Amino acid sequence: MQIYLPIAEVSVNLFLLLGLGGMVGLLSGLFGVGGGFLITPLLFFIGIPPTVAVATGANQVVASSVSGVLAQFKRKAVDVPMGIVLLIGGLVGSGLGIWVFNLLTELGQIDLVVQLSYVVFLGSIGLLMLQEAIRAMQRDKKGVKRGKRHTHIWVHKLPFKVKFRASGLYISLIPPLLVGVIVGILAAIMGVGGGFIMVPAMIYLLGMPTKVVIGTSLFQILFVSAFTTMLHAITNQSVDVLLALMLIVGGVIGAQIGSRLGARLKAEQLRILLALLVIAVAVKLGLDLLIRPKELFSLFAGGL
Amino acid sequence: MRRFALLIAAALAVATPTRAEEVVAGLSQDNIGITASFDGSEILIYGAVKRYAPEPATGPLEIIVTLEGPVGPVTIRRKSREMGIWVNTDAVEVGAAPSFYAVATSGPMHLILDPVIDVRERISIPLAVRAFAGPIEVSDVRPFTEALLRIRKDEGLYQLDEGAVHIVEGTLFRADFELPANLTEGDYKTRIFLLRDGNVIDQHRAAIYVRKVGLERWLFALSRDYAPIYGALSLALAVFSGWAAAAVFRLIRS
Repeated sequence: MQIYLPIAEVSVNLFLLLGLGGMVGLLSGLFGVGGGFLITPLLFFIGIPPTVAVATGANQVVASSVSGVLAQFKRKAVDVPMGIVLLIGGLVGSGLGIWVFNLLTELGQIDLVVQLSYVVFLGSIGLLMLQEAIRAMQRDKKGVKRGKRHTHIWVHKLPFKVKFRASGLYISLIPPLLVGVIVGILAAIMGVGGGFIMVPAMIYLLGMPTKVVIGTSLFQILFVSAFTTMLHAITNQSVDVLLALMLIVGGVIGAQIGSRLGARLKAEQLRILLALLVIAVAVKLGLDLLIRPKELFSLFAGGL
Repeated sequence: MRRFALLIAAALAVATPTRAEEVVAGLSQDNIGITASFDGSEILIYGAVKRYAPEPATGPLEIIVTLEGPVGPVTIRRKSREMGIWVNTDAVEVGAAPSFYAVATSGPMHLILDPVIDVRERISIPLAVRAFAGPIEVSDVRPFTEALLRIRKDEGLYQLDEGAVHIVEGTLFRADFELPANLTEGDYKTRIFLLRDGNVIDQHRAAIYVRKVGLERWLFALSRDYAPIYGALSLALAVFSGWAAAAVFRLIRS
């Protein structure tokens, strides 16, 4: 069954869209990532124009994170004050990101920057996570106790210290704000929620306990992607609400299943799975940049 | 079929004689509505040749039918290898390229159409794409225009179908066009050329209006004219679905 998308101006199979949404929703619930890093490239692949894919991806992330964050609130796994600090940084970053996105689209280099960001960020984060998770598993097997979680690094020497009770942290506002800004920029340029970079940053840089990390990142992602959707809708009219709806219907169901499944799996197993997935996407996109493309030319409606 | 015959009869009755041979034609539909379930469309262009004298003894009667979508500028970019990775480096802008262009003929194009006439009427696909705009920064634009034609041909947006116009008894003809699912809205121009010995004897033009209708029309207009409201609507929908899903699953669980 085909459906014609009013903004993207293409006709796509309805069940393909529902399936895509479902798969991404499953990941969202499972890992606490928006899943945007998968949905945006997949939308390119099925023929949705890049600008529409990025903007609509952001809208889809809103729905799956509402669903996820509600489940996390029930479990009291959201650190709201920390979420708000990350959010303030995120909104600033998102505004910057939209500006860069529109500039790069004009220059015709948006594809390159998006792909390079995917390769660099996903690749390095994926490897880091994999290494860390494998090390942790080996420690568990040997029965050796983990060391102190709070190793004091430069992060803990900065001013403006605030207490975050749910996370059990007493740290400066600067690192979470910066993490928020970077995630916001990525959200706008790559059409992702940014969970894949925020979750590791929260664990390794801010030293937050794993149990509040997913809920808090979803909380931040929810508001940043809502803001990004709004900006895309206003500045380049590229949000396709019908496309978003199809992805959302599949996505919210997937997210619920994923979050149940996530509660049953061990944190270390989750991390290894996520790391492998992230590395796979990075390798695929990296190869696309290195191998000579079949078609060297590409078309863009509109003038230079 | 009876309607078809009646239409032709009616068309024949109103036309006034000016040339020895004239083309009268009709469209199976002159309005195409793009709805949510739009999955491409078919257009039948049919007609007849009207004569005031016996059929001339010159070359055989040939017909070319073209269908052209809204015209707009297109930027063509080329990738090349820079520091080991493939990057968009050069770009050429074509000032006016149709978003859709289909040509159907009754015989091989090079045999039935004089190249001079082709240039004047811009009938063949490469000629329908015209006018370079802006500064040309590359030494050779040919690979770029070839790429434009190749990519659009592969997407089914540019079609050349030689022999697709069927002429019956030297008077009746029909041509079928397949419109793809990724159609842009706008006015589509159809042109019918009546040819003998490579020259145009008569031509006929008609328009097909392709429009989004219903929900599609409403959403598209809202997104352009009231972008903030449209954005808020998209968000509300997303938040509601997210919440509803969580609520439903909680009910199922308890």
